[in-house]
Amino acid sequence: MKLKLHVWRQNGPNDKGRMEVYDAPDVSPDQSFLEMLDDVNLVLARQGKDVIAFDHDCREGICGMCSQVINGVPHGGQERTTVCQLHMREFKDGDEIFIEPWKARAFPVIKDLVVDRGGLEKIMQAGGYTSCHTGGVADGNALPIGKDIADYSMDAAECIGCGACVAACPNSSAMLYTSAKVAQLAVLPQGKVEAHRRVMAMTEAATEHGFGNCSNHYECQASCPKGIDVKFIAKLNREYMKALIP
Amino acid sequence: MQLTQSSVGRKIIMAVTGIVLVAFVCVHLLGNSSLFFGADAINAYAQKLHSLGPFVWVFRLVMLAAFAIHIVFGIQLTLENRAATPEANVQVKRLRTGFGAETMIISGLVLLAFVVYHLLHFTVRVTNPEIYVPLGSSGMVDVYVMMVKGFQSVLPVIIYLVGMAFLFLHVSHGFQSLFQTLGLSNDKSLPVMGTTSKLVGFVLLVGYISIPLLIVAGLFKI
Repeated sequence: MKLKLHVWRQNGPNDKGRMEVYDAPDVSPDQSFLEMLDDVNLVLARQGKDVIAFDHDCREGICGMCSQVINGVPHGGQERTTVCQLHMREFKDGDEIFIEPWKARAFPVIKDLVVDRGGLEKIMQAGGYTSCHTGGVADGNALPIGKDIADYSMDAAECIGCGACVAACPNSSAMLYTSAKVAQLAVLPQGKVEAHRRVMAMTEAATEHGFGNCSNHYECQASCPKGIDVKFIAKLNREYMKALIP
Repeated sequence: MQLTQSSVGRKIIMAVTGIVLVAFVCVHLLGNSSLFFGADAINAYAQKLHSLGPFVWVFRLVMLAAFAIHIVFGIQLTLENRAATPEANVQVKRLRTGFGAETMIISGLVLLAFVVYHLLHFTVRVTNPEIYVPLGSSGMVDVYVMMVKGFQSVLPVIIYLVGMAFLFLHVSHGFQSLFQTLGLSNDKSLPVMGTTSKLVGFVLLVGYISIPLLIVAGLFKI
């Protein structure tokens, strides 16, 4: 099929940036979205032109590197799907596709579709360590954790830190990401020791690094490729209130 | 970081003051609906409120504080959120949020303007001084006459209709939002609360606009 691509081109954080139009004349429906962009770049490279810069790594939907707003929705709007797992069969011949980077003050554009998501790492770092006993390997059954709690923690830990929640949020808030990281530890015995300090430090770090405030739009959950639930934001709020009580 | 500076702390403050405000609009509507039981009922209700003496002022101060805090933090958070979002993408498609949620600051500021007008209209009594007549020899204003006469002209009716439409928008997002903020929601309850929130907003809208509309319809005679 034949597609027309409107792609955001920007030379660096200080460049103004603009949309440019490219043709993708021979797209296979079996290609992934990134493979389609690879083909476009191949043509650009042969013509000696500047290729479209975009982030990618594992290309199997688990690394959280690919980060493109496609037709106004982070990761393209297919439920629980990263850009790399989005296939061209979702589009029709003759479609015009808009491809833009994550836009948030906390995510400065490095080039074209590549943004610096270091702010998310800063939130993670602020979370700090979890206390644990040193010595020999603990007996597997010494610390029983109910399956419901283990599942809850795993659901939160599914977050791959791609930043789609920030890109989708009208306020550029990183609350879903932060809440997933807070919740995955807060329910486990290992994470409970520093739970109060962690929730305070992580929410503070989010503000410090330029992310906005959550006002419960729930756009984050709708475009999260891992389906992280906003119930974790409610959990973060509970953890925050618990931490307020001395 | 202090509660009044932190992102989540201020969100909680918004929710708590929101509870006070939404509880007030519910109680206020219940009080106003005594109009439907006739002139004596609404005047008795007004007299009862006035007889509370200093408690009226305590109540007013609490309301003023909640209102002011809600507005100041609402504006502050909105400005911060705008600053966190440099420029929108060329294409923006929202999947889940709604018109009410996206226009909270606008509906909030319209409601502020409405409350100022409403106080000037019925409490400070400067916009329409002709609607006030004394109630017998009690020294009080006849509230029934005040309400009926107050909605005889077109402008106040339009202002109240518009104001209440914005109250619906604001409550339809705000009500469910406060449960999420206070950590009282989960994946099961959130969709239910979303619907409940719109319903609460709708009941308030219908309840409040029924008063000027029924007065315009001529249901209440002086």
